[in-house]
Amino acid sequence: MTKSRNYDAIVVGGGHNGLINGAYLARSGLNTLIIERRGVVGGAAVTEELVPGFHFTTFSYALSLLRPDIIHELDLVSHGFMPLLMPSGFSPMENGDYLLMGPDHDENVREIMRHSPHDADAWDRYKHDLWRVCQVVKPLFDSAPPNIFGKTPEDLEAMAELASHLRGVEPKVMHDLVRLLTGSAADFLDDYFESDIIKGYLSSSGIIGTKVGPMSQGSGLVLLFHSMGEHDGHFGSWAFHKGGNGGFTQVLSRAAQAYGAEILLESAVDSVLSKDGVTTGVALADGTELHAPVVVSSLDPRRTFLELVDPRELPTDLVDNIRRFRFQGTSAKVNFALDGLPSYPALGDRSDQYRGFIAVSPSMEYLERAFDDAKYGWYSKRPFIDGAIQSIVDPDMAPPGKHVMSCFVQYAPYHLKGSDWDTERDRFGDTVQATLESFFPGFGDLVLHREVVTPLDIERVVGLSEGNIFAGEFFAPQMYFFRPAPGWSQYRTPISGYYQCGSGTHPGGCVIGGPGKLASQQVLRDLARKVS
Amino acid sequence: MIKTSPFYERLREFNQGELWTHWAGQLSALRYDMSAKHEYFAIRNSAGLFDTSPLYKYWIRGKDAERFLAGVLTRDIRACRPGQAHYTVWCDDRGFVLEDGVFFRHSESEFLLTCARPNFSYFSALMGTLEVEIQDVSDAYGVLALQGPRSRDILALIAPEAAELAFFSLCHTKIGPAAVTISRTGYTGDLGFEIFVGADDALPVLDAVLAAGEGRGLRLFGEQALLMARIEAGLVLIDVEFGSSRLAFTDDERFTPKELGFGWMLRGIDSDDRPFIGRTAIRREIAEKSSRWSMVGVVLDWAHHDQLYTDAGLIAPKDETPLSYESMLYDDAGQRVGYATTLMYSPVLQRHIGMARVRPEVATAGSRVNVEVTINHEYRTVGAEVARLPLFNPKRKTA
Repeated sequence: MTKSRNYDAIVVGGGHNGLINGAYLARSGLNTLIIERRGVVGGAAVTEELVPGFHFTTFSYALSLLRPDIIHELDLVSHGFMPLLMPSGFSPMENGDYLLMGPDHDENVREIMRHSPHDADAWDRYKHDLWRVCQVVKPLFDSAPPNIFGKTPEDLEAMAELASHLRGVEPKVMHDLVRLLTGSAADFLDDYFESDIIKGYLSSSGIIGTKVGPMSQGSGLVLLFHSMGEHDGHFGSWAFHKGGNGGFTQVLSRAAQAYGAEILLESAVDSVLSKDGVTTGVALADGTELHAPVVVSSLDPRRTFLELVDPRELPTDLVDNIRRFRFQGTSAKVNFALDGLPSYPALGDRSDQYRGFIAVSPSMEYLERAFDDAKYGWYSKRPFIDGAIQSIVDPDMAPPGKHVMSCFVQYAPYHLKGSDWDTERDRFGDTVQATLESFFPGFGDLVLHREVVTPLDIERVVGLSEGNIFAGEFFAPQMYFFRPAPGWSQYRTPISGYYQCGSGTHPGGCVIGGPGKLASQQVLRDLARKVS
Repeated sequence: MIKTSPFYERLREFNQGELWTHWAGQLSALRYDMSAKHEYFAIRNSAGLFDTSPLYKYWIRGKDAERFLAGVLTRDIRACRPGQAHYTVWCDDRGFVLEDGVFFRHSESEFLLTCARPNFSYFSALMGTLEVEIQDVSDAYGVLALQGPRSRDILALIAPEAAELAFFSLCHTKIGPAAVTISRTGYTGDLGFEIFVGADDALPVLDAVLAAGEGRGLRLFGEQALLMARIEAGLVLIDVEFGSSRLAFTDDERFTPKELGFGWMLRGIDSDDRPFIGRTAIRREIAEKSSRWSMVGVVLDWAHHDQLYTDAGLIAPKDETPLSYESMLYDDAGQRVGYATTLMYSPVLQRHIGMARVRPEVATAGSRVNVEVTINHEYRTVGAEVARLPLFNPKRKTA
C-alpha cells in the first residue's frame, strides 16, 4: 500500500531510466512515487534465479553506456554499485581458429598480426579515429537535444551552442562522424582492416539491437553508439555489474529510496490522468487513482503517447510520428545454465578466453547473411551470438563449478513470416544451441537448463513494444532531436506536467540512464519556472 | 639465481606473462593474469591469493618476551593475548618511526614477527639481560594471503575452525596433514586470512587452497593488485609513506606514529606505566600538539578532473595503476599544504583517490585541497576533498 495518494511526481515504470529519474526527482526534494508493473524493479535490466543457484540476466546483460555523472550524482557506490572488469573478448572462427583479445594492448596487436600483418598497425589508428568522434559526440550525449523547431531565446542559444561545438571539430573528425552517422559499419571498417575475423569482431557492435546488417547504411550509427560507453574512462569498454544488470537496478532502487522515493510494485498504470491539457496523476489497472502534478513515463514512445494517454488529445503530427516510429525488435536472448565450461578445441584446456564477450561473428559476411534471413521475415539460420559466461566474472551468479551463459542473439525479427514466436521458440533455441555446438563441440552436453527469450517475450514481460531493446530503433530519423518525434525531444509532451524519460528519448537506449537524468532536469527546470 | 618462495614451483605455472619483480630479495609476481585489475576484482568481489612469503619472519620467545617487546614497541603488546595479532610500529628515542610489522602471539612466551625489512640485530641489541631470544625463520615458512569476500567460505572447506577466527586473531590447525597457523589478517582492507606453513609442506597446502577455490572465483594476485587494494584500505607502505628513521638523512624524511595516522596505537600512553622507546618524545608531541603532518585520504572531484582533461582535448584517464611519485597539494590560496604519497583511480569507489600527508589544520574530513597534476605537459590542479582513511572499509573486513 502507498503511504499517500498525493505526490509531487509519479514515475511510470521502474526500469533503470524510471528509477534514475525518480531518484533525481526525490533527491531534489519532490515527494516521488515510482510505479512498476512487475514484482521486481529493473524493467529490461533484471537478474532472475530461474533455476536454484543460477542467476540469469534475462534481458540486458552488461554495462557500458551508463553515464558516469549518474554514478556520482546519485552516490551509487555507497549503494553497492560495482562494475566488474570483463578482461577478454573471444571470437571463434569457422575454420577452428579464433581471435582472442585481452587486457594487454601489445599482446592484442600480436594477436591481430597473427591474422593480418596489415591490420596490426591499423588497430590503434582505428581506435584513435573512433575515439576522436566519440569525444565530439559526448557533450551531445550528455545534454538534452536543442529544439531545432523552437524560437525561444533558450532554443536559439542551444542551437548556437551546438553550432559552435561543431564548428570547432577538425574536418577529418567531422567527416568520420558523418560517415558513421549515415554510412555502414562495413565501409568504415574496410578503411582500416582486411581480415574477416577482425572486421566480424568489430562490426558486431554495428548491428546490436537493430535491424541492419553490417553492410547496411545505418550500421555505422549503431557502431558509434556502442562505442560511446566509457566504462572506467575507456570508450567502448564493457563491464559486468556485480549480480548482473539486476544487481545494478537494485542499486538504483536503494539509491532512489534513500533519497525518499517510494516504489510501488505489482501495480500496472492504466492511464495518465489529465484535465484541460494538464496532468493530474495516474489511474492504476485496479481503478486506484494517484495524484501528482508531474507524471513521467519511462515506457517506450508508443506506450507513452498512444496507450497511457488518449491519442485524440495529442497533435495529429505527433501521433503520426509515433505511429510510424520504428520498433521492429530483432534480438532475442537464449540463456543457459551450464554444467561446466565449454571447450574450444584450438585452445585445449584453456578457459581464460571466456572472461568477457564470446562473439560468434566470424566475418561481416556471416553477419550480413544472418541479416538476410531477417530481411525476409525469419530468424537467422546461423545467428550472430554475443555470449558471456557471467559466472566467471562474478562467481555469485552460479553454484561452484557451474556456470550461466547469457547469449544475445540476432537476428530474431518480431514479425515472423508465416509463423509466430510461440510456435518457433524451441526451434529457435535449438538453432542457437546448434550454432554454439558447431563452434564448441560438446556444448549441448553441458546444458542443464535453457531459457529462450524471444522479442515477443520481451514485449510481454518487459513491455517494450515489438521487443525492441532500445525502446525504438537506432535509426538516424529517430535519434537526437528526432527522438522520439520532431519537436518532442526535450522530454516534455503536449500535456502539461506529463513527461517522458524512457530509452525512446535521447540518448537512449542501452542501460545508459541519460534519458532518466535529463528528463528530471527538464521537470525541475519547468517547476522552477512555474514557481518564479 | 634470485631466491624463490616455497610456493614458486607451482605459482610459476600460473604466471601467464612471466612478470616477476623482486621483493625482499625474492622473486615475487607482479601479476599472474595479463590484467592486474582482474586480480584486484578477485580481492574485492570473490577471493584472491597472494604469496607473501618474502616477508622477514622472526620468532621472539622467552619468559620475558612480552616484557621485552612492551619496552620496544609503540603499541602496548601486553594487550595482545595468545591467539591474537597486533599490527604495530617501533620508534627511535626521538619518537620517529623505525619500522612496522605484525606480531602474532602464539602463546604467553612466543611471538612471531613478520616485517618488510630485516630486524634481527635491531631487536637483539635491545635484549639486555632479559630472558628472551630471537630466531630468524624467514625461510622456514611460506605465507599465503587469502583475501576477499569469499575467502572465509573457501577456507571453511579446508580448515573449518579457522573460518571462525575474529579479526586479528589466529589459530593452529591443519590443512590436510600439514600443520598451519592461520590468522585473520592481510594487507588488502578486506575480509581475509593469512596461512603460515612450514616450507616443506608449502606446495600441498597451496594446492589444497587452489582446489578449494576452484569454481569459487579464487584468483592468484600479484603486487600490482595488492598495491591497489592497500591504497583503498589506507594501509601505509614502507618506502612510500615512510622510511626508517634510522636511515633518514633529514627529519623531513622522518615521521612520528601520530603523523602516520597511528594515533590509535598510542591510547593510554599518557597514563600507563609502560616505558618504551620514544615514549617521552611521543608524549611531548601529543602534549605540545607538535605533529607536523596528518595522514589522510584525498578524493578527487570527478567532474573537475574530467572537465580539465576534456577542455584540454583529452580523454580523462582513469588508470587504476598507483602513481609511484608524490603529487603536491595546495589550498585555494595556492599555499602548499601537503602532498599525496600516491594516487590511483579506484574501480570500486569510481573515483581518483590517494593517500596524503597534509598539515594538521587541513586534515579535517571535508577540507578542500587542490591536487597538482600535469595535463598536456602543464601543471594544473584538481579540486579534492580530504577524507578519513580507509577510503574503502567494508563491514566484512572485521565482521
